[in-house]
Amino acid sequence: MSADVATRAEHRGELLHAMLRIRRFEERCVELYSAAKIRGFVHLYIGEEAVAVGVNEALTAEDAVVSTYREHGHALARGLPAEAIMAEMYGRATGCSGGRGGSMHLFDAGRRFYGGNAIVAGGLPLAAGLALADRMCGRSRVTCCFFGDGAFAEGEFHETANLAALWDLPLLFVCENNLYAMGTALQRHEAQTDLALRAASYGMAAWAVDGMDVEAVERAARRAAEGIRGGGGPYFLEMRTYRFRAHSMYDPDRYRDKAEIERWKARDPVTRLTDRMRADAEPVEDRLGEIERQVTEEIDAAVDGAERAPEEPVESLLQHVTSPRTEAT
Amino acid sequence: MTPDAAVATKTTYREAMREALREALRADDRVFLMGEDVGRYGGCFGVSLGLLEEFGPERILDTPLSESAFVGAGIGAALNGMRPIVEIMTINFSLLALDQILNNAATLLHMSGGQLSVPLVIRMTTGAGRQLAAQHSHSLEGWYAHIPGIRVLAPATIEDARHMLAPALADPDPVLIFEHGSLYNASGELAPPAGPVDLDHAAVRRPGTDISLITYGGSLPKALTAADELANDGIDAEVVDLRTLRPLDGTAVAASVARTHRAVVIDEAWRSGSLAAEVSARIAETSFYELDAPVERVCSAEVPIPYARLLEQAALPQTADIIAAAHRAVD
Ligand SMILES: Cc1ncc(C[n+]2csc(CCOP(=O)(O)OP(=O)(O)O)c2C)c(N)n1
Repeated sequence: MSADVATRAEHRGELLHAMLRIRRFEERCVELYSAAKIRGFVHLYIGEEAVAVGVNEALTAEDAVVSTYREHGHALARGLPAEAIMAEMYGRATGCSGGRGGSMHLFDAGRRFYGGNAIVAGGLPLAAGLALADRMCGRSRVTCCFFGDGAFAEGEFHETANLAALWDLPLLFVCENNLYAMGTALQRHEAQTDLALRAASYGMAAWAVDGMDVEAVERAARRAAEGIRGGGGPYFLEMRTYRFRAHSMYDPDRYRDKAEIERWKARDPVTRLTDRMRADAEPVEDRLGEIERQVTEEIDAAVDGAERAPEEPVESLLQHVTSPRTEAT
Repeated sequence: MTPDAAVATKTTYREAMREALREALRADDRVFLMGEDVGRYGGCFGVSLGLLEEFGPERILDTPLSESAFVGAGIGAALNGMRPIVEIMTINFSLLALDQILNNAATLLHMSGGQLSVPLVIRMTTGAGRQLAAQHSHSLEGWYAHIPGIRVLAPATIEDARHMLAPALADPDPVLIFEHGSLYNASGELAPPAGPVDLDHAAVRRPGTDISLITYGGSLPKALTAADELANDGIDAEVVDLRTLRPLDGTAVAASVARTHRAVVIDEAWRSGSLAAEVSARIAETSFYELDAPVERVCSAEVPIPYARLLEQAALPQTADIIAAAHRAVD
């Protein structure tokens, strides 16, 4: 194997690991939810892993990420410890939001992970502000904002797109077009379903990407992030993807055709990548075994840690409503 | 302090507010002002006139008509190290940004387990009295005062207009400042700075012994006029300016009622579910045995504020209504 080929194989192995980490984490969430260990609204990302993983490849620790309520994948890809996320879902003191957020509100200020917004499109204006501050301070950082196709219909998306393009903000819009806003199919909620086309009308670079292909996502995200760092203003990527599971744990999923789901499952980003690795004669089976072992170990430890973590004491109920006061000057 | 600063100067509420903005922009590079028409137009109410020339378009940002986006952008910029002052033309339009204010600004600190504070100031006008009809005249600051996680200020005097902004910017959490539209032209002597304004406490604007007139914002001048007229009738009214609507200074209210044993609460919002309702409830909770008469409330009539001058005036709390309420309580 030449050095290039070996590097590519190594990198693909990392992408595979990152995707399987998300998938197995969420499969465990399903079990824990059924066992009533975790509660609330839980939205799974299974099927969409290539988007979070591929986009994260283009971001640095300095960049910021703004996410939605379907954010386990974004948070894991961003490097939040599985245990901090799991503990949050258990509502424990060691959770990444101190037990105040749960599945829908994961935060990590140190990793510049700004949630965890459960208001559809609510994170978009905030992302524009993060990017605005970077631009004002002359910092070469990217703010990446994930949101769904459903969010595209909200005024907040259009207000933010206009503002970002008008002010040349270093903002990466990542629209996860999984074809459904809860039970409402794209063609029933958008008059024009070509979302990249509409985003482009704001005067920003915008194109659609195969969101089931982690390498295609990575390439697109790198190109966009480079453009943004080079002062090219906001970029918009429409990730054509699909969620294999229901909208949330409460959703009986009656609005989708089983054949449609099967068609998309045939494009599973994990299988896509392993097939490609096999075709390129890269070592897959050993690597898969090793990844599964590591991932299982990490998730077991996360669940174990969450199980044993202390509850937030009720005496702390009124904490974090306002900041600890410093004397007014 | 320069010798000049030691003497009172004649100014208006509008100029005082502008001076506060100017001082804030000079004092800290992280401060910037953003909103609809704050720059080239000079501010819809003329508050920011001249600031664009002085500070440039990087710090005085005219925004599109996108209340949600620019308020949200203020939140994001605050999270990312800036000290934004966001102006919303009027409280009516703030409803388009209510999601950002309530679901993000007020909530992020808590949802993030204390990790993300939002040092943001949002200013807007409120109130009626200028025949602007329903969609430009409502007083909804009480709704904001309902929300934990934010501070709500209502500067009613030229001093407060001049000196509340600096401590608001120093607050690590979101602060909303409500400026009553009828106050901008109020002019008077601006006393030399008496030290930082305390954002936690109400102020007694006129001491008295017979009845407490408890109010805030645009109703304060009416309450003071009413107190003067009541004095002619031999009633010595104390006027309490709440100043900060959240956190509400219940202690000051209770202390005043303990001195006077009677209370009239004046609030330009509708009576049902208003801040006046909250103040009355607190008096019932803390000062029931101090009361010599039922608490009176003077609020706006429960109609969308009408355009026609006579109807508008009839809908709003007026000095005569305050005087009548005080007489009901005392006589
Ligand atoms: C403002 C708002 N309206 C409605 C909802 C209820 N809701 C939660 S998720 C969702 C669908 C959003 O779809 P999309 O943006 O495509 O994201 P996806 O769930 O597909 O990732 C809806 C309607 C909400 N949370 N916020």
